[in-house]
Amino acid sequence: MPGRAGAAAAAALLLGAASALAQSAPAPQPGADLRPASSFAGIADQRDRSVALFNEIGKVLLHPRCVNCHPATERPRQGDARRLHQPMVVRGKDGHGAPGLACATCHGKQNFDPAGIPGDGHWALAPAAMAWEGRTLGQICEQLKDLNRNGSRDLAAIVRHVTADTLVLWGWNPGKGREPAPGTNAQFGELMQAWVDSGAACPAV
Amino acid sequence: MVHSINVNGTTHRVDVDDDTPLLWVLRDNLGLTGTKFGCGVAQCGACTVYMDGQPLRSCSLPVSAVGDARITTIEALAGKEAEAVQAAWVKHDVPQCGYCQSGQVMSAIALLKEIRKPTDRDIDLAMTGNLCRCTTYVRIRAAIHDAARTLEG
Repeated sequence: MPGRAGAAAAAALLLGAASALAQSAPAPQPGADLRPASSFAGIADQRDRSVALFNEIGKVLLHPRCVNCHPATERPRQGDARRLHQPMVVRGKDGHGAPGLACATCHGKQNFDPAGIPGDGHWALAPAAMAWEGRTLGQICEQLKDLNRNGSRDLAAIVRHVTADTLVLWGWNPGKGREPAPGTNAQFGELMQAWVDSGAACPAV
Repeated sequence: MVHSINVNGTTHRVDVDDDTPLLWVLRDNLGLTGTKFGCGVAQCGACTVYMDGQPLRSCSLPVSAVGDARITTIEALAGKEAEAVQAAWVKHDVPQCGYCQSGQVMSAIALLKEIRKPTDRDIDLAMTGNLCRCTTYVRIRAAIHDAARTLEG
């Protein structure tokens, strides 16, 4: 009988090959850092500074760690190559999957690297109104500010959400085999706060 | 480290590494071999058990994460949904090689507890994480519909 690790690796290879066939999204740009918010202070025009800050924020928002679970369809993606999630799962009524196959069937409260399964206390898909996949940074920016599409959060609540929500923080601690979101969450929070303070202007849609 | 876990209504103390998957504790330490190893990466569903009544892939949860949760394996299934599924599985002669069927049955019962009269789509969405290399999917779907009719009375 093959060892557990060997059997699991063989299965993962086979399943990985099958998943690769379903890939349709472009591969992400690997591992960018984030510029500190203070480095934008030299942009005199407030609106230009705000837009520049959001363009930097976009490095995180458009990263697979974020976009994979803000899908345009009911199906999430996974991995740095943004393959369609295997097994085939859907958002469901509350973002936690279909009856009988909830996210928590496989995703625990923490990453479990031996099986390659990421986890968090409230692993879920973003609501359909918060879909980012396939949208421009300008569209996502307008979406983030729209109370009808952002969970009724004002800008202060948005900053709190991206600096305190454990599932957002997971993006910088995604477990073995997944590239973390760019920079650090602290840098990201500072960029978001600076964007809000500069008027929360959006790039062109 | 010694872990205390509740399985099928009984508390067991097992001395294993913290990151030992629950599946191996069930099979190797407790001798509950009805739950199967298929892939080890939560892709096939053969290792499905319940944690506090909800389906769980036991290959992908470390024993240290079980805590006070109640684990139920195929050996302890009971109740009207289990009886209806078992009867439907026999009637439709669902299993072929049988290896995946423990996980299939666990998922089917969990679905019927949530949706009394599932549609084909409900069944597909709930069962898609349970692979069957003998491709008994058509019989599985028919048996779930049959079990639902039995539960309707």
